Amino acid sequence: MTEKPIQEEKRAFLTGNEVVAWAALAAKADIMYGYPITPQNEIMHYWTRMAPKFGKRFLQTEDELSAGFTTLGGVLAGRKAFTATAGPGNTLMQEPMSMAEMMRIPSVVVVQQRGGPSTATVIYSQQEVTMTTFGGNGEGFRIVYSPSNHQELFDYTIKAFNTAWKYRFPTFVLGDGYQAKLRESLTLYDPEARGIELIEPEPFLGTEPVNGTKSYTNMRNTYNTEDELYDIIVRYGEEYKNIAPEVIEFQEFDCEDADVVIVSHGVVSRAAKGAVQELRSQGLKAGYFRPVTLRPFPADQLRAIADKTKTLLLVESSYGQMSKLVKEAIFGSTVALEYLLKPGVGVTSEELVAKVKQMI
Amino acid sequence: MSTVPQMPKCWKVESKPHKFCPGCGHGLVLKALGEAIDELGIQEKAVFGADIGCSLLAWDFFDIDTVQTHHGRTTPVVTGVKRANPDTICIAYMGDGGGYAIGSQHLVNAAARNERITVILANNCNYAMTGGQMAPTTLPGMKTETSPYGRDVNEAGYPTQGPEMVAAITREGAYVARGTVSNLKQLKGYFKKALQNQMDGNGFSFVEALSTCPTNWRTNAKDTWAFLEKEMTQYFKVGEIKNPAAKEGESGE
Ligand SMILES: Cc1ncc(C[n+]2csc(CCOP(=O)(O)OP(=O)(O)O)c2C)c(N)n1
Ligand code: SF4
Ligand SMILES: [Mg+2]
Repeated sequence: MTEKPIQEEKRAFLTGNEVVAWAALAAKADIMYGYPITPQNEIMHYWTRMAPKFGKRFLQTEDELSAGFTTLGGVLAGRKAFTATAGPGNTLMQEPMSMAEMMRIPSVVVVQQRGGPSTATVIYSQQEVTMTTFGGNGEGFRIVYSPSNHQELFDYTIKAFNTAWKYRFPTFVLGDGYQAKLRESLTLYDPEARGIELIEPEPFLGTEPVNGTKSYTNMRNTYNTEDELYDIIVRYGEEYKNIAPEVIEFQEFDCEDADVVIVSHGVVSRAAKGAVQELRSQGLKAGYFRPVTLRPFPADQLRAIADKTKTLLLVESSYGQMSKLVKEAIFGSTVALEYLLKPGVGVTSEELVAKVKQMI
Repeated sequence: MSTVPQMPKCWKVESKPHKFCPGCGHGLVLKALGEAIDELGIQEKAVFGADIGCSLLAWDFFDIDTVQTHHGRTTPVVTGVKRANPDTICIAYMGDGGGYAIGSQHLVNAAARNERITVILANNCNYAMTGGQMAPTTLPGMKTETSPYGRDVNEAGYPTQGPEMVAAITREGAYVARGTVSNLKQLKGYFKKALQNQMDGNGFSFVEALSTCPTNWRTNAKDTWAFLEKEMTQYFKVGEIKNPAAKEGESGE
């Protein structure tokens, strides 16, 4: 028996990519399949250094199509497999994830967003929201976590494995280049030592005979009739709707009496948090709302706030991808909408404070 | 006399008669494969991946753990299974479009990495499932829906020589052969050696099977066999190209 990667809780000062590799180890991932792309490369670098010490494996594939499909093969074989990608790699990853969506194959993909469209920048952005939440030729039956700091990157990467295996919808941890490369303090822990039960994977294929008899599994993603497909998708839709309340996560503060509520996600919500605190200290009524799950989206929770406040300020490092999710969530509300959209560029608290002051 | 045709033990009885067109080569390829699996006694350990193409009709063909994947992506799915559980015996089954066009990067790289999997590719000179378009393997001058005046080699190049390509990029340990549905005994022998090669942990194994598609070729039974045996075999030479076992003194077929 190999030792546990994390014996006892410890403070560490790590880059986000290093955190993801530690989290995958802590979540008892067995195998990573991956293809190099900045800014996720170091997830593979750390994984390939640490994994063999704990009896875990890695395969460098020929592209992200292969990284995604080999990951699904690993899961079908009964292992906790995962992959990581970014930008154009995430584009290719949509094909395997649409198969995962159709066949309900639990899968974990860590995305470190970079600038787009196309090759764009290798640095940072929040432009993979639409693709990650609704990519592929499907219905967006996926779960997408948007962490905002390294502790969350650790927590939600661990959680993603449980979520994927529990609900069997493809699960994404949607980070970004800043989080990937930045060094920050966090607490590493063994989830089981904290009482978090880790779901054991089970093989779909290559199963052992039971009492000497093997039962065979034939899996497909192609259907013969419209009705057959319709029944399945409607059932998936119902299931997705039913689990959504359990899965949805969000954060809010100071919204009760707010004139303006800043809505943001991921690393941008750190600037939003700072801005709201600063505005409040100056006696201005600002509030903070952050979807932690972008899919399913905390629609009812945001709608309740939209019904109380005067203006939602939608802030993101994209030209409006989160805003689209927000507008769908609050459909019918008469709240005013303001925007600070900075595709591929970071947002500071200072500019948010200035923006809100200009609005009030 | 029984009217039930003799079926390999690993065929799933409930899904028979199978869904391929009359005279289709896929059923014959899978008969040879089924017999090879039976004779090696690996039904319980085998994992069968079926590509999109007419091969998808084999998703419930066998009493074997099976996953039907995407067009061209069966090689990586099966690679992922094998890497995660090396005790399985993994077979990727695909057409010439799946293997030599959309999935060619996967075939090339799996071969180059010497993945311990077996790829079986049914070459019927066209994209059958989508209605008979030109494939990488369409013969020069051959008419298809997208080469209605015949494949022009100046425009479309020459037919892909799959096994020769795989042989060129693999090193010791790989097994590579081309068989035909017109010689099922030989084809079964190739499958057995390919699978044995995987089981022995030697390396990648690849068998192309020359196959028939009377529906898209628009041929009757006689012309179908004539095309297979006279036209196809001129470009696609049947035989073993690489056999690690033969090097150790065992005779090849
Ligand atoms: C990504 C993608 N592109 C195109 C298709 C459409 N398609 C389905 S089967 C097929 C060709 C099949 O030809 P081949 O692989 O030679 O198999 P065959 O049907 O001839 O046995 C194509 C192009 C698809 N399913 N997926
Ligand atoms: S279209 Fe051709 S390859 Fe497909 S099942 Fe019919 S004969 Fe076989
Ligand atoms: Mg074909």
